[in-house]
Amino acid sequence: MKKHKKHKINKTYQEINEKIKTGDVIVVTAEEIIDIVKENGPVEAARQVDVVTTGTFAPMCSSGAFINFGHTVPTIKAAKVWLNKVPAYAGVAAVDCYVGATEPCEDDPLNKVYPGEFVYGGGHVIEDLVAGKKVHLKAEAYGTDCYPNRMVEKEISLRTVQQATLCNPRNGYQNYNCAINLSDRTIYTYMGALKPKASNANYCSAGQLSPLFNDPYYQTIGLGTRIFLGGAEGYITWHGTQHNPSIKRTKRGVPIKPAGTIWAMGDLKKMSAKWLAGASLQGYGCSLFVGLGIPIPILNEEIVQYTAVSDEELFTQIVDYGHDYPNGIAKSYGQVSYAELKNGHIKFKGEKIPTVPLSSLVRSREVAEILKKRISQRKFLIGEPQFTLPTK
Amino acid sequence: MKQTKVVLNFPENIVEDPVTYHLIVDYGVQVNILRASIDPGKQGMMVVELSGEESQVSHGLNYLEQVGVQVESLAEEIRHLEDRCASCTSCIPHCPTQALEVDRESWYVSFEPDKCILCLSCLEVCIYSAISVKERLY
Repeated sequence: MKKHKKHKINKTYQEINEKIKTGDVIVVTAEEIIDIVKENGPVEAARQVDVVTTGTFAPMCSSGAFINFGHTVPTIKAAKVWLNKVPAYAGVAAVDCYVGATEPCEDDPLNKVYPGEFVYGGGHVIEDLVAGKKVHLKAEAYGTDCYPNRMVEKEISLRTVQQATLCNPRNGYQNYNCAINLSDRTIYTYMGALKPKASNANYCSAGQLSPLFNDPYYQTIGLGTRIFLGGAEGYITWHGTQHNPSIKRTKRGVPIKPAGTIWAMGDLKKMSAKWLAGASLQGYGCSLFVGLGIPIPILNEEIVQYTAVSDEELFTQIVDYGHDYPNGIAKSYGQVSYAELKNGHIKFKGEKIPTVPLSSLVRSREVAEILKKRISQRKFLIGEPQFTLPTK
Repeated sequence: MKQTKVVLNFPENIVEDPVTYHLIVDYGVQVNILRASIDPGKQGMMVVELSGEESQVSHGLNYLEQVGVQVESLAEEIRHLEDRCASCTSCIPHCPTQALEVDRESWYVSFEPDKCILCLSCLEVCIYSAISVKERLY
């Protein structure tokens, strides 16, 4: 990394990692850094602090796992695979498959009895696997000369499979909508149940703790960034699907609507059920709660200034999921700060409506604290990205 | 003055008897019905808040048991699985009595069984299966 002339403080990834190895590193969370910068100014804060940790824990639908369940005798080229009756995508090599978080169990009544319960799906399969439980695998095939077997049924567990890799094409959305429902009936969405006539508002971001809010231009985040993922170490391997950095931003550089995303990967065998948990969203479907945290190396005072952003300076838009969202209408019914949202009420057309986050702020804080501890205890080094996420 | 919330289970043979009337008129107990249902097997279930003098309430409860009504405490009916709950707070706006609440400093969700009226809204909106209820309440 080139040393930047315009900054008074200049640290390299290597210098920060040396400090981690000797135990001299100073790590604080994205909440703690706010007052440190306020009291000491960015230059002094950047001199003192080496790493700021972030965290989030929320349902992240664009998640799943590649599983190689090992060859059988006779051999099989699985064309269709089910894990505990949840279909997994098998259009890859012989015994590889991908189980997606939102795939419901095959005999699920879905929304035929509206609103459906979606008790078990791909997210729950992943949770069962990381909890060490046995999962029933069924594979069907058409049979070939090299892979003559037509059907396999067996119990698998994370211990017995060859390989299991969490591969989430879109996680950690930088900002998300505040959802309301302007229709006259309760609706069931991926943002939770929304009562009619804007009677409640749900948002989904950890705000000042949220990873991409703390490095809004992705100056330290890209391919190779080592992260907390599902309780273990993971990596950012690409920008996530729908990554859209060209969104209007505030003076602090933070987008006022959903913007950047990450593609995250990690070894499922090392992860835990506390940080990867199946989700059932009434009337909507299955998903996976993912615990995710990004450590931000404080390379200079500009970066520390970004990490000091607080809920008062973070904003999102109120969006109607009753009519607008399903019809692709991008209309904002007002801009609100995360400080207002976290207060528990927002003002909407003169009425006070209750607000809740679907991100668990308890768990988000815990992720940031665990990362801080691991780095302080020399167990986690900062990964230098090969290139950073696109900003255009 | 005593006030208690209980779940009353009416067996099939007394479903047609005016038990609640007797409880009010003969025993002077104030009965606030929070939820009531009769299932296809003709068993009745009622969640009630009983209030009155200590002796009135206890005599009333004795009467109920004498006629065959099974009285259960509400706390046994519904449980907030704290280990499972991630405090995502999606239940909070749907709880009509603030039995489920979130502390906006710590962000932990807590459950006060005394305030619960067994409406089961939380059970349906919980993303995380962190509310458990006795099967027969469905």
